Amino acid sequence: MEPTKKRIELLKEKTLIIRQYILKMSYFVEKGCKAHPGPALSISDILTALYFEYLNVFPDDPNNPGRDRLVLSKGHAYLALYAVLAEKGFFDKSLLLSVRREGSILQGHPDMNKVPGVDMTTGSLGNGLGTGVGMALAAKIDNRGYKTVVIIGDGESQEGVVWEAAECAVKYKLSNLVAIIDKNNFQGCGSIEKIMPGIKHKERWEAFGWNVIEIDGHDHKEILSSFEEIERNRNNPLCIIASTVKGRGLSFMENDNSWHQKTLTEDEYNKGCEELGMSCDKDI
Amino acid sequence: MIKTFESTREAFGETLVKLARKDKDIVAVAADTSKSMLTTLLEKEFPDRAIEVGIAEQNMMLVAAGLASCGKKVFATSYSVFTSMRAIEQFRTFIAYPGLNVKVIAGLGGFSAGIEGVTHLGLEDLGIIRCIPGVTLITAADSITASRAITGLSKMVGPAYLRIGRDPSPVVFSEEDEFEIGKARVVLDFGNDIVIFANGAVLHTAIEAAERLKKDGILVKIVEVHTLKPLDEEGIIRYAKECKSILTVEEHNIIGGLYSAVSELLSNKYPKRIEFIAVKDEFTESGLPDRLREKYGLSVSNIVEKSKSIYQKGM
Repeated sequence: MEPTKKRIELLKEKTLIIRQYILKMSYFVEKGCKAHPGPALSISDILTALYFEYLNVFPDDPNNPGRDRLVLSKGHAYLALYAVLAEKGFFDKSLLLSVRREGSILQGHPDMNKVPGVDMTTGSLGNGLGTGVGMALAAKIDNRGYKTVVIIGDGESQEGVVWEAAECAVKYKLSNLVAIIDKNNFQGCGSIEKIMPGIKHKERWEAFGWNVIEIDGHDHKEILSSFEEIERNRNNPLCIIASTVKGRGLSFMENDNSWHQKTLTEDEYNKGCEELGMSCDKDI
Repeated sequence: MIKTFESTREAFGETLVKLARKDKDIVAVAADTSKSMLTTLLEKEFPDRAIEVGIAEQNMMLVAAGLASCGKKVFATSYSVFTSMRAIEQFRTFIAYPGLNVKVIAGLGGFSAGIEGVTHLGLEDLGIIRCIPGVTLITAADSITASRAITGLSKMVGPAYLRIGRDPSPVVFSEEDEFEIGKARVVLDFGNDIVIFANGAVLHTAIEAAERLKKDGILVKIVEVHTLKPLDEEGIIRYAKECKSILTVEEHNIIGGLYSAVSELLSNKYPKRIEFIAVKDEFTESGLPDRLREKYGLSVSNIVEKSKSIYQKGM
């Protein structure tokens, strides 16, 4: 079924709110605790769509055993995850500006025991998929219908353990497992093409035996269609390769890798507020 | 003298099946170790609950973490050299830090993998794991202890690491002996000249040494510290106070294991000189386990000699 225009409009509005939260967190983060806006903005559309259009989750009962699981393997996109979970009602939005500060539930990278709605502690790259394999296996053992979605960075895919997990998922025919590759073409120290050139993501995942689809990770229509593909997926795990732009939504951050981890100046923040059509005050 | 030999690995495999029959949430994950660590026994009865991830220890830890996050009681099995090094970050960050219910069963501990050489010798594992907060850390001296530890661990929620061995090894204990995780126990009590804190596969060596020492009039108390974490501080201090001298005996590098744990405790709470028998911070070599133990100082004669010298010097 073609997603309705109304759903897409609502999703766009929701994602704009998420980007606004990300901008505020990136600016008002405690001095010295500099946050990671670039990698959060590239997954904002996908993550918002997942939580508001796909995942079966329960903000009032975050550990419900029947819930769908999401593992943010690229844990350095925590700003997006925290923003979406707060907007979804897992915890109070007023906590968002405490990100990375000592004593906050919103740790430097996601902590499953501190943040309601976080299904796995992440931050050390490459490790999310293996935990997702465990969750998907548990669903099969217990005959539960939940899905497990793991969001992996394209740079992160250089970690060898990703591929240990990838082949294991195929061995156990985990059609209830989804890997979403946030292909924003950058990693910490620069462009992926420069640091580890020539990677063919689609061919690689297919060679491992995964079902693969490619989408534009900022096109809501394509994102929603990919969710239908998750429902149709059979036999093998599904990989969704999402082409994205690092820093998406703020003109001065897009494809500028210096925003991988950086705090905004007041001028930059004001410009960002203008671009996202928001007031510059501290309230969330 | 010890006459029976049993495999700690078999004890694990057999105990696991027994526990799994009563608890549907118990699962095992192996890294091309299902045969050697005997999770095949579990697989035979419960094929869905014995996961084999192949030669991929890091993924084994992660899969275990994911399973545990969904309520499973997971036993992850590989060899101590890999569980404590190859996959240490996955264990630390994805099992220990979130406090997930994963019990790592580390086979081929200490010199038990001797014939394979240094690549397979786990002589640093206990020290490495001891550095990680929140982990219950046990080393089993024999098959009976291994079985008791596995049963005990299955009833506890949270991360744990149990070192076991490889080939059949001397059985020190009987089914009637008391065993409690976190409690050091007196294995032999001839007197208070020297307390020997010992654990793992060389516990029986220490027992043999104590018997010889007795003939020479040196009366030893042997205390098994099977649980390195949480350490039985009260017990260790009490035995240290009761005895004139202190010796530790372990199948581990001198750094990080039993000697370190006892020294750290007593230096702060009851300062006293502590002597040690351990591998002296060197890479060893391949060979038969008992020959290596002998060569690297973990022998009856060395324990006897060290004890006599302590006794004579009145340390």
